[in-house]
Amino acid sequence: MDTTATFWMPPSASTTAGDVDSLFYFLLWVSVFFFALIVGLSILFITKWRRRKGDTGRLDTGPTKNTLLEVAWIVIPTIIVVIIFVWGFRGYMNLSVIPANAMEVKVTGQQWFWSFQYPEGASTVNELVVPVDTPVKLTLSSQDVIHAFYVPSFRIKRDVLPNRYQFAWFEATHTGEYDLFCAEYCGSKHSQMTGTVRVLSGADYKAWLEGAALAGEGMAPAEYGGRLYESKACVTCHSLDGTPGNGPSFLGVFGHEVTLEDGSTVIADENYIRESILNPKAKLVAGYQAVMPTYQGLLSDGEIDALVAFIKSVGGEGE
Amino acid sequence: MSEQTRSAAAELPRSAVAVPERTDENGLPRPNFLRDGGGTLWSWLTTLDHKRIGILYMIMVMLFFFVGGLFALLVRLELFAPGEQFFGPDTYNRLFTLHGAVMIFLFIIPSIPAILGNFVLPLQIGAKDVAFPRLNLASWYIYMIGAIFALYSLVTNAADTGWTFYTPYSSSGSDTAVISITLGAFILGFSSIFTGLNFIVTVHKMRAPGMTWFKLPLMVWALYATAIIQVLATPVLGITLLLLVLERAFGVGIFDPAMGGDPVLFQHFFWFYSHPAVYIMILPGMGIISELITTFSHRNIFGYKFIAFSSLAIALVSFLVWGHHMFTSGQSEFAVMLFSFLTFMVAIPSAIKVFNWTTTLYKGSISFSVPMLYALSFLFMFTIGGLTGLFLGALSVDVHVHDTYFVVAHFHYVMVGGTVMAFIGGLHYWWPKMFGRMYNRTSAVAAWALVFVGFNMTFFAQFILGTQGMPRRYWTYPEQFQSLHGFSSSGSLVMGLGFLIMGVTLLAGALRGRVVGSNPWGSLTLEWTHATSPPEPHNYPNTPVVENGPYDFDKLVPRVDAPGEPGPEPEPAPAK
Ligand code: HEC
Ligand code: HEM
Ligand SMILES: [Cu+2]
Ligand SMILES: [Cu+2]
Repeated sequence: MDTTATFWMPPSASTTAGDVDSLFYFLLWVSVFFFALIVGLSILFITKWRRRKGDTGRLDTGPTKNTLLEVAWIVIPTIIVVIIFVWGFRGYMNLSVIPANAMEVKVTGQQWFWSFQYPEGASTVNELVVPVDTPVKLTLSSQDVIHAFYVPSFRIKRDVLPNRYQFAWFEATHTGEYDLFCAEYCGSKHSQMTGTVRVLSGADYKAWLEGAALAGEGMAPAEYGGRLYESKACVTCHSLDGTPGNGPSFLGVFGHEVTLEDGSTVIADENYIRESILNPKAKLVAGYQAVMPTYQGLLSDGEIDALVAFIKSVGGEGE
Repeated sequence: MSEQTRSAAAELPRSAVAVPERTDENGLPRPNFLRDGGGTLWSWLTTLDHKRIGILYMIMVMLFFFVGGLFALLVRLELFAPGEQFFGPDTYNRLFTLHGAVMIFLFIIPSIPAILGNFVLPLQIGAKDVAFPRLNLASWYIYMIGAIFALYSLVTNAADTGWTFYTPYSSSGSDTAVISITLGAFILGFSSIFTGLNFIVTVHKMRAPGMTWFKLPLMVWALYATAIIQVLATPVLGITLLLLVLERAFGVGIFDPAMGGDPVLFQHFFWFYSHPAVYIMILPGMGIISELITTFSHRNIFGYKFIAFSSLAIALVSFLVWGHHMFTSGQSEFAVMLFSFLTFMVAIPSAIKVFNWTTTLYKGSISFSVPMLYALSFLFMFTIGGLTGLFLGALSVDVHVHDTYFVVAHFHYVMVGGTVMAFIGGLHYWWPKMFGRMYNRTSAVAAWALVFVGFNMTFFAQFILGTQGMPRRYWTYPEQFQSLHGFSSSGSLVMGLGFLIMGVTLLAGALRGRVVGSNPWGSLTLEWTHATSPPEPHNYPNTPVVENGPYDFDKLVPRVDAPGEPGPEPEPAPAK
């Protein structure tokens, strides 16, 4: 199978993508044929029988009935659409029937990022890491509004609902990185609710898992926190160099006074940081919007400790 | 005006259909509804004349087309390149929501039925007015109230939910003025229901003697089928929006899972209206195309009965396919299969109509008047819109292209390439009937060419964007999509210029255009053969008696009265 993008389609990198593409091209050629037929005939007719001077009174116009023709143009399109229907439905069933041996990843969508929990206990944000040539079952759910999980190169899309689990699956055929989009409008940062699917070889995936399981072990808490800062997507809103982004920079926060929305001030100590991560709406920093998602349930205690240590190290008391 | 009616009758073949004189037996000009129905603003605001109500609608609906078009251009400008060009994401989300909501609820749904339908339906069936003139006027006022509600949110805190108002984002996620815009859409629904109700009764009860069902112009059949959908489907939208308002304002849990509701239920309710509404948008356009193609081919329509009945069939089956908007939402496989199958079945009658129109061109006598140019571009673009619908009905392909720019391109090809082309073609066709004057052909053709080129640039590129995976309702996008987005945005400027020239041309034509006679195109339907231009306040001094079909060009040669365009020549050749 070819993984390069074509004029019409992005790279094709899952076992089910090939069939979708074949049906797509079939539809494309059927369309080109009928379009050429209709436009071609129209152009022929309007040039051949364009009105010439003195033509007004002509009464010998064309037929208004032709049973054979009419039966033909009912029957032929009907046959074609039935073929398309059956083909499309079979393809859809391929996407719905999940292989029993699939490895399972839990996917959570929330405004406006994706998080992934792997069977071995690892978790990632905005990056789904999977082994090549292995069926992967996705159990999808949302923390707030409806999102949709969409990976163009796998030709899969599934709405992610707040009140029930949805399922999708794929088997990647090529290693590499593929775009992941949210395809159901979900508010302000819908267009930034994107990520990557990283397909690794079996060995690389094992190594990655081991790295993830060992995460933090034998690492200074602040160092581990630094890695979480990137992998948990804090980096998208918080800088380390003092430039404000969607959220305030972490530089020099710890141990200093923070002015809140209501004008009061607090000292940014460990508990304030912890609360900011787990319940960000409790104390809003002045000048910022309440867009920070809660990380309740997404971070273990150890991870929160590491993040606090990291934020401490970025500036504050310990300098 | 010393406009003398041409006394060419003597040279015409015997079968020529006469045209009403512009003067009465005393040589005085006949009254016309523009001048003689009262000249004050008050007389317009209290008019019960269907033609004047049509024009009241036209003024407002065209205004909203302009507003919706401005929003569209702002959306396209922002998308010229990734990242922030002119606005941030919150402004962008409001702009595309307002664009969609204005275009759907304030422009395209009322466009053909309320403007052209109001104006021509009674004329075409030989009636003096619609069945309930007061209800007709009421519908315009309700439209105005609905519009105020919908736009109230514009000046306060514009909604950002998309015109589809999906829950739970609309019920609890968004902190914008969702309630006022939903109430607006709710109120607008009543205006649509009133128009539909009026048309159904009018067609049943007010036809002139001899106007049997199969002598009805196809425009009337199309409006009749549309009216059925308007009356049956719109209440569902009303109730749905009301439930949404209840939930948002009073916390009654219906759709929001946080209150024990089901968000997907909203989608079912919403599309149960909004899919049939797609046919409220396209069926009247199909009616216009039947009028234009026959008139400008001077030829009887191929397959009259099929076209007439297929409108009804489409209207009924359109209630059974709403689930095709929800193939990825987790419906059962069985439901998905059924909806996909029915979607393909409802596609067939539309395809056959296209074949019928194409065949009607065969051995016609085709003139390239401005309305015909729009009709031909309808054939071109609606065919693309319809064929790309097959991609969306095909389940496995839909999973890939659903909620991408492929869908945006598809529905614009149907709604703009189809309905709007038909609507504008219809305006150019009935304009001389409405105002008794003709617009300038050269600038009308220039506007048409710009719209045609600009439209295809804007939206064809979006098919490729969609299949490449570009999701819709995105304020920014990955670098790889930039060239196609840039191309699409450039096209939208060309199209915008075209629409602007079109508007100015029509307006100038109505005010200062050359005066034309009653039947400048040589049509055979009653409004051309029996009414003056502009028509009299009560349409026909004597109720017409109908003997021929609406397109019997093979039996009759219409008299062309002061031709407006290089079409039929004034000196007609005798029938062969
Ligand atoms: C979507 C953007 C976003 C993401 C992602 C995000 N934050 Fe925030 N964060 C904010 C905003 C905005 C504020 C300021 C408003 C507030 O207090 O909620 C904030 C405030 C904070 C504060 C208080 C800072 C101060 O100056 O008082 C801390 C601590 C914090 N975030 C930690 C984190 C950590 C740790 C992560 C990653 C696990 C993270 N944030 C991810 C947007 C974000
Ligand atoms: C003339 C009739 C038109 C109608 C009826 C119409 C209707 C719509 C509708 C219903 C939407 C969906 C809005 C939503 O997703 O909430 C939409 C989106 C869009 N329209 Fe139009 N439109 C029209 C003209 C135009 C024109 C002229 C342009 C370009 C200049 C345009 C550009 C767009 C774009 C780019 C979007 C996508 C917005 C997004 O999803 O982020 N439209 N239109
Ligand atoms: Cu989203
Ligand atoms: Cu539909």
